[in-house]
Amino acid sequence: MTPLDSAVRAHREPLAGSGDDLDHDRRARHAWLWICALLSVLLVSVPVAVGLGPVAIEPGTVLQILKAHLSGAADSGAFSASDESIVLLLRVPRVLLGAAVGAGLALAGVALQALTRNILAEPYLLGVTSGASTLSAASILFGAAAGIGTASLAASAFAGALAAGIFVYLLARIGSEMTSTRLVLAGVSVGYVLHALTSLLIFASDDPNAGRSVLFWTLGSLAQATGQSVMITWVVVLGTATLLAYWSRPLDALAIGDGTAQALGIAPAKLRASVMVVTAVCVGALVASSGGIGFVGLVIPHVARLCVGSTHRILIPVAALLGAVFLVWADVLARTAMAPQELPLGIVTALLGAPLLFALVRKLNAAQ
Amino acid sequence: MITATDISVGYGGKLVIESAGLQAGSGEVVGLIGPNGSGKSTLLRTLYAALKPTAGLVLVDERPVTELRGNELARRIAVVAQETPTELPVSVAEMVLLGRAPHRKALAAMSREDHRAVASALARVGARHLADRRYSTLSGGEKQRVLVARTLAQQAEHLLLDEPTNHLDIRYQHELLRMVGELGTTTVVVLHDLNLAARYCSKLVLLANGGIIAAGTPHQVLAPELLLQVYGIHAQPVLVDGILQLVFSLADEPELQHSGSPVPG
Repeated sequence: MTPLDSAVRAHREPLAGSGDDLDHDRRARHAWLWICALLSVLLVSVPVAVGLGPVAIEPGTVLQILKAHLSGAADSGAFSASDESIVLLLRVPRVLLGAAVGAGLALAGVALQALTRNILAEPYLLGVTSGASTLSAASILFGAAAGIGTASLAASAFAGALAAGIFVYLLARIGSEMTSTRLVLAGVSVGYVLHALTSLLIFASDDPNAGRSVLFWTLGSLAQATGQSVMITWVVVLGTATLLAYWSRPLDALAIGDGTAQALGIAPAKLRASVMVVTAVCVGALVASSGGIGFVGLVIPHVARLCVGSTHRILIPVAALLGAVFLVWADVLARTAMAPQELPLGIVTALLGAPLLFALVRKLNAAQ
Repeated sequence: MITATDISVGYGGKLVIESAGLQAGSGEVVGLIGPNGSGKSTLLRTLYAALKPTAGLVLVDERPVTELRGNELARRIAVVAQETPTELPVSVAEMVLLGRAPHRKALAAMSREDHRAVASALARVGARHLADRRYSTLSGGEKQRVLVARTLAQQAEHLLLDEPTNHLDIRYQHELLRMVGELGTTTVVVLHDLNLAARYCSKLVLLANGGIIAAGTPHQVLAPELLLQVYGIHAQPVLVDGILQLVFSLADEPELQHSGSPVPG
């Protein structure tokens, strides 16, 4: 064996032989503990949240109603018919939609923060909310005569969101490869233009209801939840979670930098394009079903990183679960805080999210 | 072994690199030197296929580098690239764990082996105690050592470094390059400091305006007439304890008096 060979061997071998495993068991346990704990909290939160609202219903009764409904048993008389219809028709779709939307917004936030390496990136950075509100405002104002219902309103919101997302993407890559800064610039400028367009539409219209309907798209609400919208949103969010989890390793590298990604054999521009498309579809679907609920996608990824670190394989499920729990409870506040009046959900998430953001800024600075 | 032949790289019709080539034999440390904008980093980036040359061929262990896909490429070549720092909080352990990514399947968890490799790599660069620190809070020297630890955890046989001594204190510059030399990997390193290049590289490649001016041993490449032509500065080679070093002086300054012995021939 030449000295060179032994040097090369020495370079590789001690890595396997050493006893120091960086406390592998503690790290693995830590991640699983968070996932299990959050999953339990979510599973408890759903029936409890279903019971809370202007008409309060005991969690026990909620479970009985659900059990009776799922097993198809006849009315056992343990609960009233009005409770039953409140639970099944209003609350359950609403809470399930809230969980899906919260998870989806958190996922989109994680993805976009990794793409742009910007801690202020959030789902609405791509201009999708503005796109949704502009197109839905237009369809409310000009499509009313054509008899546009809620379903096609959601469809036009989705179309507007997707169109805005694709436009931002194309704008960001005009002339050269898309970089993080170009993406942020394109998203912000398209967002402002669309926002102005929406205001112009409302300003120009005589319809006093138009402004209020547009508020729904800009502040968000879960009140429109239907069985169908819940189903579609869950499918989209689960699909997004699966794809992002599959990309978790390349996302780790992309979050550090394009150079690091390339050094690890990943094509950053290609990955960024794929993740962008998936995120735009996801956020488009979320906006179509619940409007533009702010702060969740901005704050929850940071909280999740504080809990479990930045490895996307763990960060993705933890952020999704945190987002789901957060939005379910934010919506409980929205419908109970000023009952029987309902607060727009976006106001609640902003009031809860902003102090969280301040606390995070302090925490990040303290660690510097 | 890395062999690059007749590499040309163009941006918008303008050639940045013109038919450049280099060879790094197994276990060799090859230094890429040249003035700012001479194409050192560009040439380095073609070696790990981050940049596609307009013409020419890069072979890694006799295989075209463009044929190596993702993980396979990263298992053969580890890179310390110049990078604008991310705003996102990343721990040192997470940074080094990235080097294990090419060894894991898409959804696989971090194994005990992965964590062992990270611990051992950190220990080798003297940064084991930093494992749970935030990367952005480290000093420049600690950051560079962590990045080298990542390449160790990657366990690749080829190592490419783009100005790894940037922003490092003098002592860390020497420690880092000595460590790189002791790894036994086939290494190509872009360096600004010619004295560091002379001391730690077995072979040097001198670039200017996107073309190779000279390649060979430090004694051959760091010839005063070549350096005057490329850098526009007078260089006086001296041997201190058998180590080649250069003493520089501008053309309009009187020759410096030096105490070392002049290099014969």
